[in-house]
Amino acid sequence: MKKRPPRQGMPKQEPSVRARNFKEVALGYTEEMAVAEASRCLQCKDKPCIAGCPVEIDIPAFIKKVSESDFEGAARILKQKNALPAVCGRVCPQEDQCEKVCVLGKKDEPVAIGRLERFVADWEAEHLKGEATSAMEKVWERRETPGGVAIVGSGPAGLTLAGDLAKLGYRVVIFEAFHKPGGVLMYGIPEFRLPKAIVEREIEYVKSLGVEIKTDYVIGRILTIDDLFRDGFDAVYVATGAGLPKFMGIPGENLSGVYSANEFLTRSNLMKAYRFPEYKTPLKIGKKVAVVGGGNVAMDAARTALRLGADEVHLIYRRSRTEMPARIEEVENAGEEGIIFHYLTNPVRIIGGVKENARGQWVRAIECIRMELGEPDESGRRSPIPISGSEFIMPVDIVIIAIGTGANPLLSSTTKDLPIDIRGYIVIEPETGRTSKEGVWAGGDIVTGSATVIEAMGAARRAARSIHEYISQKRAVLKTRIT
Amino acid sequence: MILIEEAKYLAPSVKWFRLEAPDISLKAQPGQFVIVRAEEVGERIPLTIADFDGSRFIELVVQEVGEGTRKINSLKKGDYFLNVAGPLGHPSEIDNFGTVALVGGGIGIAPIYPIARAMKQAQNKVIVIIGTRTKELVFWEEKLHSVSDRVIVCTDDGSYGIKGVVTVPLNELLESGERIDRVVAIGPAIMMKFVAVTTQPYHVKTIVSLNSLMLDGTGMCGCCRVEVGGKTKFACVDGPAFDAHQVDFELLLDRMDIYKNEEHLCQLAGKV
Repeated sequence: MKKRPPRQGMPKQEPSVRARNFKEVALGYTEEMAVAEASRCLQCKDKPCIAGCPVEIDIPAFIKKVSESDFEGAARILKQKNALPAVCGRVCPQEDQCEKVCVLGKKDEPVAIGRLERFVADWEAEHLKGEATSAMEKVWERRETPGGVAIVGSGPAGLTLAGDLAKLGYRVVIFEAFHKPGGVLMYGIPEFRLPKAIVEREIEYVKSLGVEIKTDYVIGRILTIDDLFRDGFDAVYVATGAGLPKFMGIPGENLSGVYSANEFLTRSNLMKAYRFPEYKTPLKIGKKVAVVGGGNVAMDAARTALRLGADEVHLIYRRSRTEMPARIEEVENAGEEGIIFHYLTNPVRIIGGVKENARGQWVRAIECIRMELGEPDESGRRSPIPISGSEFIMPVDIVIIAIGTGANPLLSSTTKDLPIDIRGYIVIEPETGRTSKEGVWAGGDIVTGSATVIEAMGAARRAARSIHEYISQKRAVLKTRIT
Repeated sequence: MILIEEAKYLAPSVKWFRLEAPDISLKAQPGQFVIVRAEEVGERIPLTIADFDGSRFIELVVQEVGEGTRKINSLKKGDYFLNVAGPLGHPSEIDNFGTVALVGGGIGIAPIYPIARAMKQAQNKVIVIIGTRTKELVFWEEKLHSVSDRVIVCTDDGSYGIKGVVTVPLNELLESGERIDRVVAIGPAIMMKFVAVTTQPYHVKTIVSLNSLMLDGTGMCGCCRVEVGGKTKFACVDGPAFDAHQVDFELLLDRMDIYKNEEHLCQLAGKV
């Protein structure tokens, strides 16, 4: 029997080089590497990977096509279930999903499913300009529209739902508050982890299915959910993201030089401040930057600050590395690039001072306290307890707060009968995403709080089925009444 | 893309635009703002809505203060704004208060107009005070007359109307013993700060509309945070109007100046 090749590593830019540019860190597989990796798949009967994928991609089938060098065939299988494969191949936490349950992973390393997904999506874009799969989907143009669906927010959940329902022939309109669609894929995740050209490409694919995207539409202001029903939509899907930055509530947080991660990343990613002054939106960097938090967003902010020219970037996290919610791969990448980690450390205040050539009080230092781990809290993680008397001061010029987001009340405050919990998140039936307001579904971070791209997409997939069922029934009833 | 139906300079470096924006016009209310971009590389710039007809158009008045606003003011009738998002923020509180004094400084004269109109419709006695540096910067005096009982004009250099800043006639009004039930002030942060200082001893409820830096305008980034009554608020979604006597103006002024040096760099780059 032929010996199975080892799991193919991902070629990356050298840490010292990539820490100073915004080009993608991971370079992607070559065709040879992809075929070799695909040949590792056991093509087992149980296919636990499919159940491990929130959008239920037929993983063994697309991998088989790759192993046969039929990349076009692989792309078709991927896009049946996933409108955003190049995005998911890059940002999904596969180690917690499909790859976690891979049978091969029990004795060997699991198949690198995410890297293969990325390879296939990029191959299709490069060689076929996405035509193979969009041509296949063009059926909708000849079909009678079964109804209209309005989607609020064009992030991962909104785009997935749009793709699913457009394929079923629905008229789908997405309303986006920003001037560009993509939500967190555009404003949140940095270029070096998810190039914006790739996001734009996948959005073009969703548009090629017949989806209309209206930018600069802040639903809740320009139109309410009830206005959308009045305008003839049969159903509304709310996928606005969490979108309210949390601050710590410590002294000095409003000083000049303190950013929320949302603001810092939006300036750099969406507004392209990293290309200032060609792009006009500025961003302050300074020599020493402190990032507070331990999630993927904190890693993104820290690594962005480094690339923007900071001499030192300090990441401050109140628990230990084990409890850190960020993906291991991203923590490793950050470490290799030179981010300095301060575990079991928590800020207590930000200290201001006068800065040369600038008005008012600017960040000068951050005061922190050492922590130790106590009993597990409700999240199951051991809760951090401050060690009294261990305060110390770290001189910094910029502080970025990346401790998560809360629920943005803009939409719920203008839709009084939209059910929300005490924290402001929308309440749904978990299986369907349906809310108690007639015709309204919701999904993604505005339901779950900060989670992953793929979880939002999985929720959208379930909601799409439910919306399809709802509108089909509603129309059937109408039809009987008329005839 | 939003079409510019009409555009003209009201004063040197102050330009008026009428935009074809029916969806925004339909929902717009006095005190609300929009966020605009003039070009692909441009910043997102918040601008208070100067007027609207409730069905077809909105109007904006833009003063050139930097690279971004200079680009906007280079646009002409028949050109397009790349992006206009809105209406954003809470509308001004309009009620029958009795007598209201509306104070507009510089570019802040424009957003005073729809508030004056609404206050007049709500049966208030409306006194408008407008102030600019010099005579040629005064605009909409007649338009404001049509929706108010009295318009007081002042200029810093005395070239037109009363010589002095807006707080001079405001203080006289308060001292005169006439009952003023509410003051609304829109203008440069420093002007709003001194309006607050002026009305405080008279305990007249005073509302200011804060012109913080913003990105998204929907509460997502926290760029526009201000302190009001010791609490952190977001000007974009909690405001833009706040109780002037509760606002930390020093913090507002500091935060508005964060990118002063970068603005300069941008202007240099623009000239190359």
